[in-house]
Amino acid sequence: MATVTRTIDYEKPIYEEEINYLNTDYSLKSWLFTLDHKRIGILYLISISLMFILGSAAAGLIRLELLTPQGDLLNADAYNRAFTMHGIIMVFLFLIPSIPTVLGNFVLPMMLGARDVAFPRLNLLSWYVYVFGALWILAGLILGGADGGWTFYPPYSTTYANSHIVPVALGIFIVGFSSILTGLNFIVTTHRMRAPGLTWFRLPLFVWSLYATSLIQVLATPVLAITLLLVAVERVLGVGIFSPQLGGDPVLFQHMFWFYSHPAVYIMILPGMGVVSELVACFSRKNVFGYKFVALASVAIAVYGFLVWGHHMFVAGQSVYAGMIFSALSFLVAIPSAIKVFNWTATLYKGSISFQTPMLYALGFIGLFTIGGLTGLHLAALSTDVHLSDTYFVVAHFHYIMVGGMMLAYLGGLHYWWPKMTGRMYPELLGKLSALIVFIGFNLTFFPQFIAGFEGMPRRYHEYASQYQVFNVLSSAGTSILAVGFILPVLYLLWSLKWGEKAPINPWGSAGLEWQTPTPPPTQNFLETPVVTTGPHHYSQVREEVVG
Amino acid sequence: MAVTSTQTVEVHHEDPALKHQFDTPEQQYGASMFGMWLFLSTEIMMFGGLFLGYIVYRALYPQAWHEATLHQDWIIGGINTLVLITSSFTVALSIYGAQTNRKKLTVWCLLLTILLAFVFLVNKYIEYSAHYHEGLLPGKWFNTAEYGRQTELFMLFYFVMTGLHGIHVLVGILILSYMAYKAWKNTFHSEYYTPLEVSGLYWHFVDIVWIFLFPLLYLMGGVSFGGGH
Amino acid sequence: MRGASNFAGQVDLLFWFITILAIIIAIGVFILIVVFATKYRRRYSGYVPPAIEGNNRLEIAWIVVPTVIALATFAWAAIIYVNMHNPPKDAITIYVVGRQWMWKAQQPTGQWENNELHVPVGKPVKLIMTSQDVIHNFFVPAFRVKQDLIPGRYTTMWFTAEKPGVYDLFCAEYCGTSHSEMIGKIYALSQQDYEAWLSGGSTAASASGMAGGSGSQASSQSAGQQLYQSLGCASCHGQNGEGQIGPRLAGLYGSEVQLSNGQTVMADDSYIRESILNPQAKIVKGYQPIMPTYQGQVTEQDILQLIQFIRSLGSNSSQGAAQNETDNAPAASPVPAGQSGQ
Repeated sequence: MATVTRTIDYEKPIYEEEINYLNTDYSLKSWLFTLDHKRIGILYLISISLMFILGSAAAGLIRLELLTPQGDLLNADAYNRAFTMHGIIMVFLFLIPSIPTVLGNFVLPMMLGARDVAFPRLNLLSWYVYVFGALWILAGLILGGADGGWTFYPPYSTTYANSHIVPVALGIFIVGFSSILTGLNFIVTTHRMRAPGLTWFRLPLFVWSLYATSLIQVLATPVLAITLLLVAVERVLGVGIFSPQLGGDPVLFQHMFWFYSHPAVYIMILPGMGVVSELVACFSRKNVFGYKFVALASVAIAVYGFLVWGHHMFVAGQSVYAGMIFSALSFLVAIPSAIKVFNWTATLYKGSISFQTPMLYALGFIGLFTIGGLTGLHLAALSTDVHLSDTYFVVAHFHYIMVGGMMLAYLGGLHYWWPKMTGRMYPELLGKLSALIVFIGFNLTFFPQFIAGFEGMPRRYHEYASQYQVFNVLSSAGTSILAVGFILPVLYLLWSLKWGEKAPINPWGSAGLEWQTPTPPPTQNFLETPVVTTGPHHYSQVREEVVG
Repeated sequence: MAVTSTQTVEVHHEDPALKHQFDTPEQQYGASMFGMWLFLSTEIMMFGGLFLGYIVYRALYPQAWHEATLHQDWIIGGINTLVLITSSFTVALSIYGAQTNRKKLTVWCLLLTILLAFVFLVNKYIEYSAHYHEGLLPGKWFNTAEYGRQTELFMLFYFVMTGLHGIHVLVGILILSYMAYKAWKNTFHSEYYTPLEVSGLYWHFVDIVWIFLFPLLYLMGGVSFGGGH
Repeated sequence: MRGASNFAGQVDLLFWFITILAIIIAIGVFILIVVFATKYRRRYSGYVPPAIEGNNRLEIAWIVVPTVIALATFAWAAIIYVNMHNPPKDAITIYVVGRQWMWKAQQPTGQWENNELHVPVGKPVKLIMTSQDVIHNFFVPAFRVKQDLIPGRYTTMWFTAEKPGVYDLFCAEYCGTSHSEMIGKIYALSQQDYEAWLSGGSTAASASGMAGGSGSQASSQSAGQQLYQSLGCASCHGQNGEGQIGPRLAGLYGSEVQLSNGQTVMADDSYIRESILNPQAKIVKGYQPIMPTYQGQVTEQDILQLIQFIRSLGSNSSQGAAQNETDNAPAASPVPAGQSGQ
């Protein structure tokens, strides 16, 4: 495969006359009926970006309300629906699809040397199912929204809530199938569509993490589906699967719900970790230290992640023995993540490090994910969790991982592959500036919440005791900065589509197989299936001059 | 193998059955079967949640669970079991027909499978309406005075599990109808019958789920003659 | 926030241990990143860094060492947690009922408080709790304790207040519109002040909004006894629980009961509650399954009053005997919450 790279002229920009996957056909029909994984990735990019805006609006309302201890901006019902819809939209409509459906769809087949995924029509169907489910959730939102938190605990959600639980729950049910089908597609693609010579341990780490993510999507999401279906049935028919008034057990719901939702949080971080591996390798110009350990750690996280759901239920009435088993396992599941952090750090050793925007996001990820992950220890430990459970400490913990981690990785990956996807460069100075603003705004928003939580401020509180106000004001101030950090990329990335500098074929000098195609790629990616002879991130064998 | 060409070349294989993303028919076949097996594993997880709930409540309410099964008509259930097992045989036979280039066998066996599937659904309709008339339908149609809340819970599991299964039977009918149409149009032959085999695999799964449902929902309380209503 | 219970010191020590451990690891990683990023920044393009595959010994080291630390931390935390689930035998029992959106607590003398709980300093207090509607959670940040209230079951928690004072009580499980208003106050009083408050006298120290019920015997014993009569329990179980058609209740609480199916169960709060709401679930050996259910006729509060009364008829050994059954998974299957809505 090294022979291929020598023939590429990195200085050569793309010309208008050249045909790529974007300009083969401009019609709407060609987009809505496309089978091209790259176009499907773009379709997802548009959809999830819209959902992110909605979810952020809800977050804005929440943080505005929480500036003062009294409930003055929103009434209690409106606030309760706001945080519920924020969680549902961000988890199911943004984070879970994000990297796999946008970056994964775009890049995975190319990383494997394939023309497309194994089942392109299924891939398009996944997008339509996502849109259909999102419409259901939006319908629920427009009707007035649901409350109960994204966790839907019965008997509140099934018997007592007065909000639009059913359309929202069914919407999530539908969107779940999009997730399942994408995961299925990626697993088969990774198994069956690798180019000759591309053995498992020559796969880029992004592929490993997408694979691990897909395993979780395929095995865990169906359990959520059936659980939410039962909630809807109970609500509509008034029967008591989970409702003690009628003989049911509300804690059974929690077991079934968390059996999916804990692995789901690994869906929401593993792809980010994969992106970070790619970025750290490329911008240090080194292979990742301990490649096999990092690859297998992804799979370990996926498997272990199925065994720890009960750590969400330490105060929920499950037995002490069950609690102890779940706690011990929860400590162990932190180890593979720690392995990755150490290996990324070691990758920097004796590297040749440059600090373009994607790398800034990657470094930010390592810092913030480390903090978020370490605070997971406080929560895995039984007796500290008793105090911290259902407080803002938990809120801060998961936002450090999901926003400080996954969101930064998503932005890093988006900037990294933006030239490949669009043929344009984004303005680098603005990129760096935005990364910095996001980092500062994020920490100001969420760090005070650790303290507020330890001090006892419960979550999902519309009004709160006055001693917590200082933390809330800091947090809300941070949100305004964070918002700027998120708005800027939206603006300059869109700007770059028309006015951005035309991208060279491989602006980062990356060793990835996806960069051995034209920028942007033609529809079928490779004219002939490449033959792979080396491992991934083989920067010591890449002898080209690095541009920029 | 330079990748500097800037022309788009449509990838068309000579074999129309070979989709553009695959390099060889073997790769296509392997990927398709693997994909269906993976999909079936997701189905197992989904039904698994229901089985879990069933088991939990059976442990909590053994008495009610035992009594509730006595309201089930194991004869119709048994017939349905035989119907589905036979339909798995007929679908396997249709695949054999494709493997041996016998189009007529393929098409007729598929139609027979579909017919058996319909018989299954008709039987379920008979059972469901019997339950409705006896006041065993959960929710506002349930005769709480005569049967307890725990029996209602059992009936809820019964309807959700067999209902979900029934939807899968219906989807199977649609898939097999489409396969019958394709077979009639000479799509399948001994070198290519992948969609047929994949559909057959799905149908076998539907059969197996029923084989688990039947004893759990019909036989756990023991079998008695006289209908058990 | 300074802790004020027997658990607070232990939990805080563990919390700070984990925090310092986390800071050390995080700072270690950050320093390395900053040092490497600076020292190995790209100085000229075309430089090819050495290909370092990895170092297996290093990998093993940073797997094994964190694992050992992690498991040690787990064990430390678990020991405290087990302690949190083992109330001492001499704990005072207080019953708590949560409902949208208020707290009701019943003192041992029988009086009920709304959205407040008075406890003595220095004595362990055990809360036996249930919800009348949805899942709630009793959270006292200053005491570092928290436990869900689940409809249809009893859950337990305990603590010993160590400093007199007024402490926040928050509901910590989303329960609907006024979840954030389902708050209250814990009043920790010295033993003297507590007893004074219970008996209705007001001293400067019992600075609570609601004094103990005057003439203290607005007690559950009499309330429970009244229910016992009005619901007709006496007709089968005897005026003083001596037993007749129905099993003997005097001395029942905390004792072991032989069932008709051969099993033996402990007669704890959950058992009594189940027997009232779903009597057919467990039939005492030698008796007929003829007790009618009181489902729909009694509230959770009523049930607690009845339990108090039955306890007053004599219990077997100490309260402690019954405590373990109510602690974890209930001996009884989920029984519908008494009387919907109220």
